[in-house]
Amino acid sequence: MTDESLKTTPLYEAHVAAGARMVPFAGYSMPVQYKDGVLKEHLWTRESAGLFDVSHMGQARLRGVSPLSAFEEVTPGDFIGLKPGKQRYSVLLNKKGGIIDDLMAARPDDDGLFVVVNGACKDNDFKVIDDELAGQVRIERLEDRALLALQGPKAAEVLAQHAPEAATMVFMDARAMQAFGTDAIISRSGYTGEDGYEISIPAAEAERVWNTLLADERVRPIGLGARDSLRLEAGLPLYGHDVDETVSPVEADLAFAVSKKRREARDFPGAARIAKEFAEGASRKRVGLVVLEGAPAREGAEIADEAGAVVGVVTSGGFSPSLGKPIAMGFVPPALAGVGAKLKVIVRGKAQAAEVVAMPFVPHRYVRKL
Amino acid sequence: MRFTKDHEWVVLEGDVATIGITAYAAEQLGDVVFVEVPEAGKSVKKGEGLAVVESVKAASDVYAPISGEVIEGNAGLSDAPETVNAQPESGGWFAKVKVADPAEFEGLMDRAAYEDFLSTL
Repeated sequence: MTDESLKTTPLYEAHVAAGARMVPFAGYSMPVQYKDGVLKEHLWTRESAGLFDVSHMGQARLRGVSPLSAFEEVTPGDFIGLKPGKQRYSVLLNKKGGIIDDLMAARPDDDGLFVVVNGACKDNDFKVIDDELAGQVRIERLEDRALLALQGPKAAEVLAQHAPEAATMVFMDARAMQAFGTDAIISRSGYTGEDGYEISIPAAEAERVWNTLLADERVRPIGLGARDSLRLEAGLPLYGHDVDETVSPVEADLAFAVSKKRREARDFPGAARIAKEFAEGASRKRVGLVVLEGAPAREGAEIADEAGAVVGVVTSGGFSPSLGKPIAMGFVPPALAGVGAKLKVIVRGKAQAAEVVAMPFVPHRYVRKL
Repeated sequence: MRFTKDHEWVVLEGDVATIGITAYAAEQLGDVVFVEVPEAGKSVKKGEGLAVVESVKAASDVYAPISGEVIEGNAGLSDAPETVNAQPESGGWFAKVKVADPAEFEGLMDRAAYEDFLSTL
């Protein structure tokens, strides 16, 4: 089942050899699961360490006279205040305050800003940055680099054997270093809610590093299926599903990505709308839902109030392997967004009881202090 | 046991058909986490939705391979949906249907034909 129009990552052959089921994702042929299947891969990541190929994501360097201050023109984050060795989560905003993409931006060294964006959005993201910041930053897309994520409670002890310096980092640290005998950019972060790392390496070294990590019995390969269920349990939004160009950071419960300083200065795209939402509240909020009965409520399922009136929609949902019950995220009016609010989700015509709960659904286990 | 190209199986005893999904289908779905079976009394038409089976990833329809009236859904699957993976072609059955036209059964694939079909996928 080879689709000629799909791109492949440097690990394509390794995935196929490992028995992965390959699916189209973000224009790439990617492993949705390996032989263990989504459920076991998910639980393995929570109890040991999972290795993910996320080389479809867009990596780039932004260079220029002052790339940090320039980057503030397209995001609401405090990048002037970003210290060397640190990484920050942010969003690329359009003029209406809607989210073009969410991203990580870091200073792993003195070479400008290292940015990682979503695979499906990367061409547009870099075009937007190039258009908006023309003359201020030069973008070098790092298409000759692969990106691996090693996630889970045993990720740190595994990686320490290959990159001792990684053990000295805390959550959201990012450093360029020699690891696995090559030049790596390593951040202590991820998309599972677990402790772990994202590891950028030259594409030519990817298969060797992948196999080196998998040779450790604590590590198993994990596909996109479990990546999705893990991030859902962690309460992390998925771009194109929970967040899109119409959704603001306030609506998306990503207000933390709008720095206090920038919020006061109102100097980012869509600042008027976002300031109004901070002052008066947004008309909708992203919330977490536990489905109390019946089938999982998936993307597109309507959310109703107790009287049966439709008040919102599920943007992602499914069965939580860790909790053993269905969970979901969706948008509802602020009056119904409080923890404990009783709602219904409509699945195949049936109204099923659901309740707003605090996210994350499964506690984050980030290592913030050593 | 007879089979469909949608990977359902049927066993006919008298005029009662027991319906499930094949081992191949269960393996393709992965770990089943939820099953919605029909209630007794529901009338079903060949090719229409009979049940829904959900993995962590997605929900999939199970189609009625044969027309008739549901006399029993497998209630045990609500507490133990994993039975579909463990015993797809026995304990993991979805529904028993009182068959309207036994000729529909004869029109389905036998195991040899189904296995030939699988080899083309």
